[in-house]
Amino acid sequence: MEITLSPLEPSVSKTFLTSVLGLENGERIRTCLQCGTCSGVCPFGYIMKFPPGKMIGALRSEFFDQVIKSDSVWMCVSCNACSAFCPSNIPITAALMTRAKEEMLLAGNVPTELQSALENTQRYGNPLGESPRKRADWAIGLQPEVNLLAKTRQPVDVLWYVGDYASYHSRMQSATKALAKILNVLGIKFGILGPEEYSDGDSQRLAGERGLFEMMAQKNGQIFRRYKFNEIITTDPHAFNALKNEYPSLGVSYPVRHYTQFLYERIEQIKPLLKTEIKARIAYHDPCYLGRVNGIFDEPRNLLKAIPGVELVEMTHQRLNSLCCGGGGGGMWLDGFQWEKAHTRLSEWRVREAVAAGAEILAVGCPYEPPRFEDAIKTIQDAGQLKVREIAELLAQAMGL
Amino acid sequence: MKIAVPVKFVPDLVEELNIDPSGTALDTAWLRLIINEFDDHAVEQAILLKEKEGGQVTVITIESEGADDFLFAAAAKGTDQLIKLTGDFSHANNHGLARVYADILKELQPDLILTGVQAHNDLDGSVGPLLAEQLGLPYVGYVAGVSVMGDKVIARKEYSGGLVAEIEIKLPAVLGIQASEQPPRYIAYSKIRQVMGTAKIEEKTVAALDLSGGTTVSRMFQPEVAQRATMLEGGTDEVADKLVSIFKELGTL
Repeated sequence: MEITLSPLEPSVSKTFLTSVLGLENGERIRTCLQCGTCSGVCPFGYIMKFPPGKMIGALRSEFFDQVIKSDSVWMCVSCNACSAFCPSNIPITAALMTRAKEEMLLAGNVPTELQSALENTQRYGNPLGESPRKRADWAIGLQPEVNLLAKTRQPVDVLWYVGDYASYHSRMQSATKALAKILNVLGIKFGILGPEEYSDGDSQRLAGERGLFEMMAQKNGQIFRRYKFNEIITTDPHAFNALKNEYPSLGVSYPVRHYTQFLYERIEQIKPLLKTEIKARIAYHDPCYLGRVNGIFDEPRNLLKAIPGVELVEMTHQRLNSLCCGGGGGGMWLDGFQWEKAHTRLSEWRVREAVAAGAEILAVGCPYEPPRFEDAIKTIQDAGQLKVREIAELLAQAMGL
Repeated sequence: MKIAVPVKFVPDLVEELNIDPSGTALDTAWLRLIINEFDDHAVEQAILLKEKEGGQVTVITIESEGADDFLFAAAAKGTDQLIKLTGDFSHANNHGLARVYADILKELQPDLILTGVQAHNDLDGSVGPLLAEQLGLPYVGYVAGVSVMGDKVIARKEYSGGLVAEIEIKLPAVLGIQASEQPPRYIAYSKIRQVMGTAKIEEKTVAALDLSGGTTVSRMFQPEVAQRATMLEGGTDEVADKLVSIFKELGTL
């Protein structure tokens, strides 16, 4: 379909459309049926002035400048639900929403909270604004000592890319330690980068900061090249996504797996170690960038099922149709902004679903989630008994570590 | 209108501060420097004024870690001229800085000089008033909003208790900025990278600084536990219980 252009001024819509068409599978945007599935499945579609379908409509009818002027795209948590259910397979999240956020960012239309996360990433290499020198502080006191590659320079089998929140967030550090202990028990020869590791940059990219993402990728690439390892594992699905799908086109290409995949491959070795029973009904929350985007649904569930005493229950939204925790695409750094618009949090919806499913534990595999869900539990009635646990924490508990 | 913004860098509190063996200064081994937050607001205020009134903005800084990055980011925001002073600033104090800034500002002849109202490492007064004294110009500090009226500006000065005064000042003048009218803007990293290829940083060498009038530090030290303070030890619940009983003892509960 050809777009009619205004003869009077260079059209925002035309320039924007051209840039989307140039992206991978971007030309599919021309095949939009305006069915509205994307806007319906979008967890915040109901609150956006321009949900995805309407954005495409605005693009076609040449008033995309209105979309850029509104701030509705900052409600997008890049959860990819729109793209997963689009009958025309339009890369809505990857192309349309991310490009729109880039435009907003270039125009300086950035909520302050997001701005500081991006500035922190630029300055410190992590969105939390923590000292890069303290990136491996979570490992202090662990025995055996975690292998810091800069110190030992030993070749390893596995480079563990720990990531921002798993390294710094006080709630997540216990899960990070748990995974270190599990890797040790399994006899894995692994190393970490510590202060040399930079943010993977993926959520910053999905929040519209492509340039910053590229800088992070280049810096991580330079560090990866310094050491000898066979593969990378990540704690964070966002890091996994970046390393798997985005870094290769920037010349940084390594075999990479999320830690749940890596552990599931060793399930026969792990099973006999799971001696302590965890008698609980557990609901597993599919992280968007593990499940929906990268198709990893079963490994985390199978790890949980291997723990004696565990009864796995499913929530209303699961697998491909999982509900985002609200932390993706910059959502982690837009909490106040999104609260102001929606007066609800996706993490709260999710916690209600877990309670409705009769879960006693909400199991997660993404470092954004424990703090988000635990905060939500505090505000939801009847959720007080629900516990949030990282899969690594549950495995370590069952192993008696 | 020509606006000049002299800025400085201060220790970044993301790293722990240590005292060097002399006991009179910070240990610079792990010290990271960051733009003084108030100076960042002064740059933003200058850009806002330029966008509203037209004119030219010059940002001046001394050579330090991160100075180039800061200047390029300022250029991406709309700064026209970038000046970096080079020389030995290892013992610089604000008296010395005000003198070197004054020398360069006498050459530039700006209509308005904006600078951060304070910095957390100001040991000998803040730069703004010292600079005004060197230049023989009027100074108003704690300013959170500036509008131009011909050859005058109206500065909104903040007082405690939420009071605001509007003060009319004849230009040229020096203003100490407490906060810009809008928070400092975000510049996409790709824009900064673009500017790095085109913007030019003028370097000017400065002779030895005249530090007279400044303070002499006799001792620098970490906060020390006062005799009256009681440190509560134990787990969260234990500490909470002790705290409650102390409040009860003191009759506040």
